[in-house]
Amino acid sequence: MPNTPLKAMEQQANPPQPPSVVEILSDAAKETVLKVQGYSLMAVQSLTNLLTRPRYGQDTLSQMDDIGVGSMPIVLLSGFFIGAVMVLQTGSQFQRFGQVSLTGDIVSLALVRELGPTITGLLVAGRCASGIASELGAMLVTEQVDAMRALGTDPSRKLVSPRVLATLIMLPLLTTFSCFIGLVGGMVASVFSLRLSATTFWQRAIAILQFSDLMQGFTKSVVFAFILSTVGCYQGLNVRGGTQGVGRATTQAVVVSSVLIIVADTFLTKLALFLADKL
Amino acid sequence: MGLAANRSIRAVRSEEAAIVFSDVWLSFAGGPILRGLSFSVQPGETLVLLGETGTGKTLALKLAAGLLSPDSGRVRALGQDVTSKSERELLEFRRQVGFVFQEGALFDSLTVGENVAYRLQEDGVPAEQIEPRVQEVLRFVELQHTVDQLPSELSGGMRRRVSIARALIAHPPIVLYDSPTAGLDPITSQTIITLILRLRDVYGVTSLLATHRLQDGFGLANFHFDPQTRTVRRGAPAEKSKENEITTRFLVLREGQIYFEGNPEELLDSQDPYLRRFLI
Repeated sequence: MPNTPLKAMEQQANPPQPPSVVEILSDAAKETVLKVQGYSLMAVQSLTNLLTRPRYGQDTLSQMDDIGVGSMPIVLLSGFFIGAVMVLQTGSQFQRFGQVSLTGDIVSLALVRELGPTITGLLVAGRCASGIASELGAMLVTEQVDAMRALGTDPSRKLVSPRVLATLIMLPLLTTFSCFIGLVGGMVASVFSLRLSATTFWQRAIAILQFSDLMQGFTKSVVFAFILSTVGCYQGLNVRGGTQGVGRATTQAVVVSSVLIIVADTFLTKLALFLADKL
Repeated sequence: MGLAANRSIRAVRSEEAAIVFSDVWLSFAGGPILRGLSFSVQPGETLVLLGETGTGKTLALKLAAGLLSPDSGRVRALGQDVTSKSERELLEFRRQVGFVFQEGALFDSLTVGENVAYRLQEDGVPAEQIEPRVQEVLRFVELQHTVDQLPSELSGGMRRRVSIARALIAHPPIVLYDSPTAGLDPITSQTIITLILRLRDVYGVTSLLATHRLQDGFGLANFHFDPQTRTVRRGAPAEKSKENEITTRFLVLREGQIYFEGNPEELLDSQDPYLRRFLI
């Protein structure tokens, strides 16, 4: 829209000043606080939605299929080889001390407490957080989210809560499968590489595990599920800039959820060790 | 320009209006987009929001549906204050308003039938009641054969018609059209305008139509749909009395403000250079 000559003269007389460093930092801080606030509100709402109607059971089942069954091949495949590579890496050290039978202990503890939930969380974040962000982002830029609101549906209930609930249910299950198949991988590597009997491996692997170890792994997988699903939804529903923005949101969803999973893992491990000492 | 003279009509009739905007302001990061927008739409009336791209036409429609909240000012629709409602209340309110999005905004993972049935399914209407209603509205837009197709299998014009069917299924008293003919060829555009005419003249729907195509507005102003003969005819319906006559008014937006408000004749007669650019 062309300016009037009067307005053009005003603009020439008072050219816009570039923002100062303080203003730039202040704006960036405000934007970050707003993002954290927006994410927190959406994350809490995704859970409170589950307490009241309407609930979208069919959508939740569909997401469980996509997130759970869809992620199964990559989780099982990587779980098997992680278990195997752990045996290969630790077995040689145990051989130096003549304690090869401890391989089952170390693989079992590492998988259940740490590697199972974390690797599964990161794999599912890579596959599903990105998928959620791109799907919701594409819906947003094509006005499907607005259309949903215009038709009287709350997108938070219809789109966010089913995805969060489905991930909360499926990630612990995937982690369980991952740990089991990891132990199978470890056993195979032990038998062929260390000449350790399968029975010894399994006996040691199961005997070392305590209830607190299982709880630690389970708690982590639940927290990671919440992180990756809510981050994926938040990034998808806050896309700016059309299809290019969808690509950016997809990348951000994987990066942010992966980093948050690793950070949360550290604190959860510390908390679990603290509680194990106390109880 | 015939601007101020026509405002009196609005002021007198705004009490019983279907949609009322009162001094609505809306800004984004780039600055104010809508600057004190005030207008009203009477029940059964068609208001054509005309303006260049970026003048805030779509925003006005989204404000009317409660999809956006103004920075200041009031929006009333169907006797309810849209601006004071919570999101939960707005979800309920929006069930009474049909919205036809510019590109259709159909749910791309659902079939045409599922898209059209969406609102009824959300309302928990039994499946045996949904199917005949879906067939009815798809017949209305002459797309009953596409019920099992996905939106990606349809042409742009067909997607708009499905979008109209989706907005129509709950028989809303108000339908908001966001550039329903944008990017379509003249023949398909005419089909869409005919549908809007039918919706208005058969169901008495109040319409707010945003467009940058003047011919859309004149199509609505100069023609009517005769349900007896099922044909589109020039002029107003013969059986309508003067008071009940379906009116079509134009409202031209420029830089987020009302530049012109009046009937088609006043717009055609205007000698204002900016308005004349639309008439060329």
